[in-house]
Amino acid sequence: MAANTNAAKWDRKRIGTFLMNNAIYLILLALLVAIVIISPDFVSMTNFRNILSQASTRVIIALGISGVLITQGTDLSAGRMVGLTAVISSSMLQAVEYPYRMYPALAKMPLWVPILIVIAVGAIIGLLNGTAVAVFKVPPFIATLGMMIIVYGLTSIYFDRPPYGAQPIGGLDPDFTNFAQGFFFSGKAALPYLVIYAAIVSLLMWVVWNKTRLGKNMYAVGGNPEAAVVSGVNVVKTLLVIYMIAGALYGFAGSLEAARIGSATNNTGNMYELDAIAAAVVGGVSTSGGIGTVPGVITGVLIFQVINYGLNFIGVNPYVQYIVKGLIIVVAVAIDIRKYLKKK
Amino acid sequence: MTATHPYLLEMNSISKEFPGVKALDGVTLRIRPGSVHALMGENGAGKSTLMKCLFGIYHADGGQIIFDGKPVSFSTAKQALDAGVSMVHQELNQVRQRDVMENIWLGRFPMKWGLIDHNAMYEKTKLIFKDLEIEIDPREKVDRLSVSQMQMVEIAKAVSYNSKIIVMDEPTSSLTEKEVDHLFRIINVLRAKGCGIIYISHKMEEILKISDDVTIMRDGKWIATKSAKELTTDEIIRLMVGRDLSNRFPPKENAPGEVIFQAQGLTARFQRSLVDVSFDLRKGEILGVAGLVGSKRTDILESIFGMRHLETGRLLLHGKEVRNGTPEEAMRHGFALVTEERRATGIFPQLSVGFNALTANLPSYVGPMGLLNEKKGAADTDWIIQSMRVKTPSQNTPIGSLSGGNQQKVIIGRWLLTRPEVLMLDEPTRGIDVGAKYEIYQLMMNLAKEGKGIIMVSSEMPELLGVTDRILVMSNGRVAGILNTKEATQEEILRLAAKYL
Repeated sequence: MAANTNAAKWDRKRIGTFLMNNAIYLILLALLVAIVIISPDFVSMTNFRNILSQASTRVIIALGISGVLITQGTDLSAGRMVGLTAVISSSMLQAVEYPYRMYPALAKMPLWVPILIVIAVGAIIGLLNGTAVAVFKVPPFIATLGMMIIVYGLTSIYFDRPPYGAQPIGGLDPDFTNFAQGFFFSGKAALPYLVIYAAIVSLLMWVVWNKTRLGKNMYAVGGNPEAAVVSGVNVVKTLLVIYMIAGALYGFAGSLEAARIGSATNNTGNMYELDAIAAAVVGGVSTSGGIGTVPGVITGVLIFQVINYGLNFIGVNPYVQYIVKGLIIVVAVAIDIRKYLKKK
Repeated sequence: MTATHPYLLEMNSISKEFPGVKALDGVTLRIRPGSVHALMGENGAGKSTLMKCLFGIYHADGGQIIFDGKPVSFSTAKQALDAGVSMVHQELNQVRQRDVMENIWLGRFPMKWGLIDHNAMYEKTKLIFKDLEIEIDPREKVDRLSVSQMQMVEIAKAVSYNSKIIVMDEPTSSLTEKEVDHLFRIINVLRAKGCGIIYISHKMEEILKISDDVTIMRDGKWIATKSAKELTTDEIIRLMVGRDLSNRFPPKENAPGEVIFQAQGLTARFQRSLVDVSFDLRKGEILGVAGLVGSKRTDILESIFGMRHLETGRLLLHGKEVRNGTPEEAMRHGFALVTEERRATGIFPQLSVGFNALTANLPSYVGPMGLLNEKKGAADTDWIIQSMRVKTPSQNTPIGSLSGGNQQKVIIGRWLLTRPEVLMLDEPTRGIDVGAKYEIYQLMMNLAKEGKGIIMVSSEMPELLGVTDRILVMSNGRVAGILNTKEATQEEILRLAAKYL
C-alpha cells in the first residue's frame, strides 16, 4: 500500500516535470486544437502542404541564424540579405520575352549561375559580419544591425534605378519559378521541391553541427569561449565560417523566396530575421550560446508556421496575430529558462 | 638523455616588466623529470605571471626557457599543449553544455573520413579514465558533474596530451579529503611516468606532503629552491613573507558576551540541504563552521540571509523573531554576508573600488533630492581604504585590478558600512596570501572586540582553530556538534564531520 502511494507520488512528480519541460509544445498544441475546433477544414492535405512549403525557406534561414545564435551571436541582417539576394537573382532570371527586363540584353541563363552568385554574395556579406564580430570585436547585435541597414541601402540602389525605377522585378523565367513552386508527383501526394531543398540543407547542417570540427568548435565557442581558446580552437576562424555559412544560406533562401513569390522588391524578406530568431528560440536554441539542435530548429519553424497559417485560416485579425506571435516568443523563453533555474 | 639534461624544464632568469611594475625579476625555476615542484609565494609574488610567460600568454622581456633540452618560446596555449606542456586551471575552463569527451578532445578531435569519430573518442577517453581510476561516463554532460569531477576531467585532459610538464593551479581548492587522496594518487602515477608537475597552492600541509622540491617567490623575485624534506610550514611562510611569522594568527583579545542571535531548527524546503540546524551566537564571538565540501555549511549562511527557502525554523535576534525572506530584509535586520565566490558574487570587476565599497549601502547616501551624496560616499570609501589598509592607487581604480586580498578587504568593508550586528563570512581567506590573511583575521578580531557577532565558514582547519571561539561542525546538512575551540582538535572535528555520512 505504502509502495503504491509512493509510486503515485513519484509519477505525479514525473508528470509535473514532463509538463514543465514540454509546456511550450503543449500550449501550442492547445492553440492548434482550438484552430481545428473553430475550423475543422484546417486539417487537409493542401493546408499541410502549404505549411510545409512556406516553412521550407524559413527553415533554411533559421538554420543559418541558429548557428550564429549558438556562438552567442545574433544576426539582424538576415532578412535584408534575403531581400538583396532575391532582387539580384530575379533580375538575372527574368523571362527573355518579358518586356520590362532589368537587363534587356541578358541571354537566358542556366538556373545554377545566378543561384551560385547570390549564395556567394550572401557568403561574402556573412564574412563581413563575421569579420566585424570576430576580428574587430563589435558586439554581434550592433555589427549586424549596421549590416542590416547597409544591405537595405545596397538593395534599394540596385533595385530602384532607370529605366523602370522601383517596380517589382517580375516576369521571372518559368524554369526559375518552377524551381521553387514545382512538385514531385501530383494530386494528393504532391511533394513540393522546396521541401526537398529544406530537407537537404537540414541534413547538411546536421552533419556540419554534429560530425565536423567546425560544428563542435561552434558549440565550444558559444558554450565557453575561454575554454575554446585554451584548447587551441581558432575562435576567429570558427566565427568567420559560421557567419559565412549563415550568409550563404540566406543567399540560397533569397533566390528561393523570389522564385516562390514570383517577384522581388527591396522589401522582400523584411523582418524575416525576427521570425527566424523566434522560431530558433522556440525550438530550444539558447540565446546565451552553446545549445541548439537541427531537429529543434525545424520543430520551432514548423510550430510557428502552423500557428501563423492557422490563425490566418480562421481569419484572425493580422494585427492580433502579431500580438500572439510576440507572446509566444516571450512565454517560450520564460518557460524554457525555468528548466535551468534552480530553486534554493 | 636525462643524463645530459638533468632538468625537464628550465626557466632561467625570466624577467617581465609592465608599465611601472617589475613583475618578474630574473626568476629561475628548474623542474626535474619525475618530480613534483611546488611553486609558492603570496598573491602578487609573480607565480601566475611566470606561468603566463611559460605558456606564451605574456612574452618575457629577458631570460630563456629550455624544455627537454631545447630552447622554446610558445606563443599560444595550443603550441605549449602540443609540445607537452599543459595547465590545469584554477578556474575550470570547460564547455558545460557539452559532454565530457568532447571537452577533452576539443581542438584535436579524432577524425575518420573527414568527420569526427565519436567511437574512437569514447574509447580513448575510457582508456585514460581507466589509467587514472576516474569513474565518469565520457558521454555525461559536464553540467551534471560535481566540481571535483570537473577537476578530474581537466587533469585527464592534460594527461591526454601526453604532457611532460603539467601545471596545476590550486587543484585542491574545491576537493574533499578523499578526492585530494585520489588526486595525489594520480599525481604519483604521473610522477612515476617521469612527468614534471608544477604545483601551485596555498595549502602548506598539502605541499609538504606531495612535493619533492619547493621554489619560493616574493615580489617577482626568486627567493629559494629547496627540497621539501628540508622545509617546515613556518620556514616556508618565513621565506614567502620575508619576515618571521611565527604567529599566523593575531592574539585572541575578544570576549564573548550575551547571546545576540539564535537559529532554531532550520530545515530546507526545496533541496536536500539543512536538517534541523540550531545554534546560538554571542556578542563579540567568532563562531566557526566546519565540515566537508557538500556538508551544506554555506547553506546556513544563505538561509539566514534570506537566500534560501526554509520549511521550518526560526531566527531570533535579541530574543525577538525576525523574518529574513530576502537579502534586503536580512540587511535591514542587521545581517551581512560576505560570499564565498568573490569573483562570481562579490565584486563588480570593471567598476571602481568606490562603487564596490558602497553598493550595499546606497540608501544611506540618498540626499534630499533623491540624488546620491558623493562626498559622503567618498569619505566612507576612504575610511575603508585607510582602516583596512587596502592597497589601491585610488578610489577610481577598477577593483578587478587589485589583488585578491585587497578585493576581499573592500568587500568586507562594504558590509561593515551597513553596520551589521551579525557578520557572516564564507571562506573569507580563500585564495589570498598569508600576509593578507593575517590582516583579515586581525580585522575579524577587532570587529569581535567591538561587539559584533561573527560567523565564519572555512575549510582550513588551522584557521578555524586559530581564530574562532567555538566551532560548529556540519555533517550532511546536520549539526554534528559544537566545540569550544580551546578544547577542540583536528581529529575531533574530522570525526564529527563524518558523523552523518
